Amino acid sequence: MKEIAVTTELARQHGLSGEEVDRIGKVLGRDPNFTELGIFSVMWSEHCSYKSSRVHLKKFPTKGPRVLQGPGENAGIVDIGEGLAVAFKMESHNHPSCIEPYLGAATGVGGILRDIFTMGARPIALLDSLRFGRIDHPRTRVLVDGVVSGIAGYGNCIGVPTVGGEVTFDECYDGNILVNVFALGVVRHDRIFRGTASGVGNPILCVGSKTGRDGIHGATMASEELDDQSEEKRPTVQVGDPFTGKLLLEACLELMKTDAIVGIQDMGAAGLTSASFEMASRAGTGFFMDLDRVPQREEKMTPYELMLSESQERMLIVAKKGREREVHKIFEKWDLDFSVIGEVTGDGVGRIRMGGRTVAEIPIVAVTDDAPVYNRPAARPEGQDALQRLDFSALPFPSDLSETWKRIMGCPEMADKRWVYRQYDHMIRTNTLVLPGSDAAVLRVKGTGRGIALSVDCNSRYGFLDPYVGGMLAVCEAARNVACSGAEPIGVTDCLNFGNPEMPEIMWQFRSAIEGMAKACEAFQVPVVSGNVSFYNETKGKGIHPTPTVAMVGLLEDVSTRLVQWFREEGDLILLAGADRNAVELGGSLYLNEIHGKVSGTPPEADPAHEARLCGFLRAAASKRLLSSAHDLAEGGLACALAEASVTRPAGPMGARISNPFPESIRADFAMFSENQGRALLSCPPEKKAALLATAAEFRITMKELGVVGGSAIEIEGIVQVEAQEMKTAWAGGLAGALGFGG
Amino acid sequence: MKIAVLVFPGSNCDHDAYHALRHVLGLDAHFVWHKEDRLSGFDAVVVPGGFTYGDYLRTGAMAKLSPVMGAVRRFAEAGGPVIGICNGFQILLEAGILPGAMIANESLKFICDTIYIKSETSTGPFTHEIPSKSVLRIPIAHYQGNYYADRETLALLESNEQVVFRYCDASGNVSTEANPNGSVANIAGICNSGRNVLGMMPHPERCSEEDMGSADGRRLFASMIRWLEEKGR
Repeated sequence: MKEIAVTTELARQHGLSGEEVDRIGKVLGRDPNFTELGIFSVMWSEHCSYKSSRVHLKKFPTKGPRVLQGPGENAGIVDIGEGLAVAFKMESHNHPSCIEPYLGAATGVGGILRDIFTMGARPIALLDSLRFGRIDHPRTRVLVDGVVSGIAGYGNCIGVPTVGGEVTFDECYDGNILVNVFALGVVRHDRIFRGTASGVGNPILCVGSKTGRDGIHGATMASEELDDQSEEKRPTVQVGDPFTGKLLLEACLELMKTDAIVGIQDMGAAGLTSASFEMASRAGTGFFMDLDRVPQREEKMTPYELMLSESQERMLIVAKKGREREVHKIFEKWDLDFSVIGEVTGDGVGRIRMGGRTVAEIPIVAVTDDAPVYNRPAARPEGQDALQRLDFSALPFPSDLSETWKRIMGCPEMADKRWVYRQYDHMIRTNTLVLPGSDAAVLRVKGTGRGIALSVDCNSRYGFLDPYVGGMLAVCEAARNVACSGAEPIGVTDCLNFGNPEMPEIMWQFRSAIEGMAKACEAFQVPVVSGNVSFYNETKGKGIHPTPTVAMVGLLEDVSTRLVQWFREEGDLILLAGADRNAVELGGSLYLNEIHGKVSGTPPEADPAHEARLCGFLRAAASKRLLSSAHDLAEGGLACALAEASVTRPAGPMGARISNPFPESIRADFAMFSENQGRALLSCPPEKKAALLATAAEFRITMKELGVVGGSAIEIEGIVQVEAQEMKTAWAGGLAGALGFGG
Repeated sequence: MKIAVLVFPGSNCDHDAYHALRHVLGLDAHFVWHKEDRLSGFDAVVVPGGFTYGDYLRTGAMAKLSPVMGAVRRFAEAGGPVIGICNGFQILLEAGILPGAMIANESLKFICDTIYIKSETSTGPFTHEIPSKSVLRIPIAHYQGNYYADRETLALLESNEQVVFRYCDASGNVSTEANPNGSVANIAGICNSGRNVLGMMPHPERCSEEDMGSADGRRLFASMIRWLEEKGR
């Protein structure tokens, strides 16, 4: 085997800067060989090392009384009581999905599920946050179909329900779609496993699928901008096999019922390299591995390829010495490959051999702790002020408000997502009590009376206009959604999708968004326990809007107090919580974008302290069973929240008549669509009104009674009226129709 | 009552069936690994849904070769009640225990939804407590649920009243609009000529509790319990 010479040019092709190459020489005390260069390049890639984001990620609150595992592991873990906890994480699979939508999305699902069950948790739910380019972009239809099929293909087969998420469309994602996948599992406190390689002499096992050449340099690809040549990188997209994923899931959970193992980690991005070095790093140990013993599916693989392959459905396990047979028997039962490939050593060095010779020898800290950390320059973009300028009064008044209302309800962003979630098995495992289509999905936790509420949110128009406020509002909206289902927000995971961090403007967006998110999390006293950063979301120099996607996990101590967003009983009163928030806030609104073709102005005011009180109120009202429904006000403001509370009702739309809570001086279209935050549309039986108002007063939430549920029309008195069935038709057909997929 | 819930590589509704039988109906349910070749001591068998062997080949084509399927065949021939749900139905078709075949949904998309079915017969262990022409609200979740049988087989199924369930609307009308996947004659479930083996695409185990939005599925299992009790008397 002829060793490839390491040159500066080769290092550059690996995505390493000249400075970084010098750094490798320094930490190694010599020049790296080709295999070692590969190892450094993936471990020091943005995707694995978080070198540009680390200094800012520290700003997140990560601790709290419920936190059993914060960031730094395969997933975060939060206590839910009764000796149980939930493990959850969200991850991006943007670049692979842009290049090969089906496999990119499918392996995104597979990867995040492995992160959950490596912690010992049984996965019970998936969510996806999907962002595509404008609906009439020539690639959008193909990408939507591919990504949705890919998520369905993996999730349905492995048997974990996809219970919610978001699907939006914006020109800024034309060349760089976003596919963020969230997974959550349930684990007993005493069954939590971690990715640690402790105990000198313990055997290291490679289990699951055989290793092939697929996915080599996936982590590096995820750390670059996309360009015309990206299509040529198709071979770096991994191939998913949900059936093997299912076998691996069951085998690992069966194995974890024994006490035969000390640590386990998914071979995800950067494959065997990251699994081995990270596990040794966490334990402060070293390792020896013989690559000839790695089960291989292709011939003549080199050490470089074996270390960097991102073949899916593989796990690295450190077992207790002498217990290998027990482990082997379980993997044999599930027809999975199993091989002892090395052992834990005590000298802090990773030694890798193949063909009888040492092919790499690197101190663990050199690739982990010694990875570069950048505090990259940040600068507010010059055009930001101009972007925020907006003269409301110049906006033309719509000629027909009811048509405008229907048009917004039927636009791809607002329209019914049934075409999407009907392709996902969202019921399997029989825990989904609130199915997709409400503010948050609610799942029961079997064997307890408890429930978990889940929501994933981000309005990237807000983030584009003001990333600090956008970051705050992403957290606030996710918390509000969870609270509208009656749950207490208990933990956050995120996917921070941004452009090229080497540009000061992008770094400014990133830093501002994190600071905003951190501020909101502090107000809710909700920790960020896991997450992921995805930079370089640009094509040909054009970046996406800053998109800090937030997934919020909520807890219902009594799942029978759960709420849905739709009206349930004729004669129920309709009330607005947060009714004092009645200035015109149209910056970055859906109305402005959809009807007037503008993304400008300043986003709505964020008041995390108010939002935290609102969430406390909603939860209290739910637990006292005072409410029939609760719906968050978000995109499209009051008018769209009202319409949604009517048309999303599974048994058929229900009419409602409300008064206009805004001052009379405010234009009718602005009152309908102003996106003031911190509000919720509630319905309750008339006899519960007094108790509801008293509860609101305790939380200092301003309430206004607006009207009554019932009749065949949805109406804002004196402004607009549409038949509920007509609104439902506009909303239900909007997405599939625009994509040309039919019903 | 001891009930077997089979587990093949890739079964994924096995836990749901087990939960419904053991925790909701209080039965003595047990998982049975596909490499077992005996089902002695069991009163009924559930072949659960899932993606056995990933459905990479025809659905059920691999699972039918598992040792446990020999035992299922013997159990069925001896008159024991067997219910195949979703992928379980597909396996029973591939194994030739039930007639016909499955093809991809007309839409060529996976469909997960809650739909309605109408019972066409009230004989057999799973339906004898459900009056004929009852409408059940029940979930479906499949990609290959488009039931097909040739004309002769179909005529035989109809004349023997082996069609157990048909897709319908909320008021019980069997129509093209109410057919979610294109199945011939709106067929959602059939039984064998002995009437003790039922195959159906919808998931009764997913709607066995009020909390799940419908408890109509429990009626099939309650039926099975009564049938077994009466047989034992």
